[in-house]
Amino acid sequence: MIEVRGIHKSFGDQNVLSNINATFEKGKVNFVIGRSGSGKSVMTKCIVGLLEPDEGVILFDGRDFTSMNLKDRKEIRKEIGMLFQGSALFDSMTVAENVRFPLMMFSQMSEEEMDIRVQHCLTRVELEDSPDKLPSELSGGMKKRVGIARAISMNPKYLFCDEPNSGLDPQTAIVIDNLIVDITKEYGMTTVVISHDMNSVMEASDTIHFLHDGVVAWKGDNSEMMSSNNEILDDFVYASKLMKRLRNNK
Amino acid sequence: MGVIFHIGRYTQFIRAVLRKPDKWAMFRKLLVSELGIIGVQSIGIVVLLATFMGAVMCLQTAHQISGWIPVYTIGFTVRQTMILEFSPTLIPIILAGKVGSNIASQLGTMRVTEQIDALEIMGVNSRGYLVLPKIIAGFVSIPILVIFSMSLGIAAGAAIAQVTGVSSMEDYIYGIQIDFKTYDVTYALIKTSIFALIMTSVSAYHGYHTDGGALDVARSSTKAVVYSAVIIMVSNLILTQILL
Repeated sequence: MIEVRGIHKSFGDQNVLSNINATFEKGKVNFVIGRSGSGKSVMTKCIVGLLEPDEGVILFDGRDFTSMNLKDRKEIRKEIGMLFQGSALFDSMTVAENVRFPLMMFSQMSEEEMDIRVQHCLTRVELEDSPDKLPSELSGGMKKRVGIARAISMNPKYLFCDEPNSGLDPQTAIVIDNLIVDITKEYGMTTVVISHDMNSVMEASDTIHFLHDGVVAWKGDNSEMMSSNNEILDDFVYASKLMKRLRNNK
Repeated sequence: MGVIFHIGRYTQFIRAVLRKPDKWAMFRKLLVSELGIIGVQSIGIVVLLATFMGAVMCLQTAHQISGWIPVYTIGFTVRQTMILEFSPTLIPIILAGKVGSNIASQLGTMRVTEQIDALEIMGVNSRGYLVLPKIIAGFVSIPILVIFSMSLGIAAGAAIAQVTGVSSMEDYIYGIQIDFKTYDVTYALIKTSIFALIMTSVSAYHGYHTDGGALDVARSSTKAVVYSAVIIMVSNLILTQILL
């Protein structure tokens, strides 16, 4: 479980996050949704330590990440997997080398054990036939799957996905959503997904936090979201014609 | 204010770069790769520059001294120019254009495509992992390239002297031997080693702190070359005053 308590973050005069409180539960796919610029990515970067919050506390299963020294933070980071918006694959490495990289850096595995683990991760994302391809030879969906395989290679406790469906067609997006849901349940991870894709939210979310202007404006699950009377949330959820039509047909 | 900010951030950057590598085996692998990129792949341009500079220096000296200064001065001048200034200063500046822009654009691209963030989240010291092998590779290979450049420039001067007949081989060899001080080579290598550190670290600093998109990568690359060249020139003046 990840707990975020009273996080504030500003850049100069611009206040980006104000008193953010959220709980991301273990074994569940926890979505953070909101418009572009609402503070979703800044919040994620604060949680994983890429940015320092000005105030507040972040707890990973009760361990206070914000007050840790560099060495202890490093240990927590080994328990974190992250899927980036652009996949962030190392472009000088092949698919298999990308997945192998965290194992080479931090595990005590033998070469054979690493080979088996890489093969397992690639099979899990259905890319067992492409270990020698370079990222430049992959489609957007394949890159995301390699990103997931790399993120789970160290068997992480926490998985962060930043806009996992951006730039993907609807069918591939569903494949990625299902993969995230499946591995979350399979590995019992605490998964946090940053998204503004409503299809993805409906498909994969267990819990939802809605960020608006740097504050958590609403929290609940997707059935509660559909029947919410929160005006700001409704404006966001029903912004597309498809969602409007769904609401009118209810 | 901006200069103080950059000095502070550069100092913090170097402190992180110099931390113990997370995995020595990985560090060695990257170091070998960087020695290839920074050292071996720069041999061509160093050969080209040193050969032509040595040859031109020989012809220019011959033209200046004709008739009233001993001919062996040609060899002496080519040697002194190559050892004291051309090889140790101009070669690193030219390599700043090739190697420095390569380092800055590689790190800048990794930054804007979130590959550096990916390393950090895994728990890797990204500055140490990416930059330390480049700095050490530059520190080791650039002085070797400079020694190579000195020898080649002097040899090219000898060859052009023979071809054009501006000096006999005996006079040229006498010229390159006369009043030779081994300290001049030591001085040149001290300068080169410091310039190699400046060039690789300043370029890496600019690449690593790229913020934005493709245009910003290009800007970082330009800054890397310009700042490296300027800092090398200023350091050259200071080092020359201190060492000679």
